[in-house]
Amino acid sequence: MTVQQLIASMNLTVFHLTDSQRAVTGGYVGDLLSWVMGRAGQDCAWLTIMSNQNVAAVALMADVSCVVLTEGVQPDEDLLRRAKEKSVTLLGTPLDTFTAACKLGQALN
Amino acid sequence: METIKLVYPVEGGDLIEAGEASSKMKLTLKKLGLPQDVIRRASICMYEGEINMVIHADGGEAQVEVDSDQILIRMIDSGPGIPNVQQAMQEGFSTADSTARELGFGAGMGLPNMKRYSDEMTIDTVVGTGTTVTVKIKIPQ
Ligand SMILES: Nc1ncnc2c1ncn2[C@@H]1O[C@H](COP(=O)(O)OP(=O)(O)O)[C@@H](O)[C@H]1O
Ligand SMILES: [Mg+2]
Repeated sequence: MTVQQLIASMNLTVFHLTDSQRAVTGGYVGDLLSWVMGRAGQDCAWLTIMSNQNVAAVALMADVSCVVLTEGVQPDEDLLRRAKEKSVTLLGTPLDTFTAACKLGQALN
Repeated sequence: METIKLVYPVEGGDLIEAGEASSKMKLTLKKLGLPQDVIRRASICMYEGEINMVIHADGGEAQVEVDSDQILIRMIDSGPGIPNVQQAMQEGFSTADSTARELGFGAGMGLPNMKRYSDEMTIDTVVGTGTTVTVKIKIPQ
């Protein structure tokens, strides 16, 4: 699945889109940044409620395909700026994290 | 290939801005055309080291050496040192303060992550003098 297909199938909000054709091969849910770096797989969609600018750096280092802010969380201004600077795709959904993860799982199948 | 040496200063205290050294290194490794997985592992190690220097040691310096067969990253600080390295290496052990935790850091996973993603890791530390964490990432030929 591509980022573009994920956006369509989960009806995600686009805050910043870098590479719509990038592959999404899995998912990870977490808000503790080191935990995410240790466990999230390359090319996964990372679901989080964290919205500070460190999220952009973590997404870049962990090399995830996109960040999905759940629960209607809006990126703070600095996060949006950093995401653009670092070419990190930043998406959002009003869904709670559990429901969003279920939908992601369905979309990946 | 000749050894490529990169040096990045890391500012202390400012956790919000942390990650600049790692981001720059990642960009350079990408330009060098290294494998995606090697870049990812080096970047995670470097970022964890950078964050540690910011949170625990008031900054320092990262020195990176890229050869055809490995990436060597040295993170050098003149901070407080680590009194018990074995304890610090345990998943979940952290002395990070609440400010760091609110930003999502301080899970006590940084050093373990560096161990996990590197091929070799050494910690040289003297209490009251500073810490140097060195990681080596091999480049598959
Ligand atoms: N550069 C450093 N200088 C001093 N202490 C450090 C340094 N790096 C790590 N430590 C100590 O080791 C502990 C574990 O580090 P780490 O696994 O990265 O977890 P965290 O940074 O989340 O606390 C830290 O809480 C700190 O006490
Ligand atoms: Mg740490």
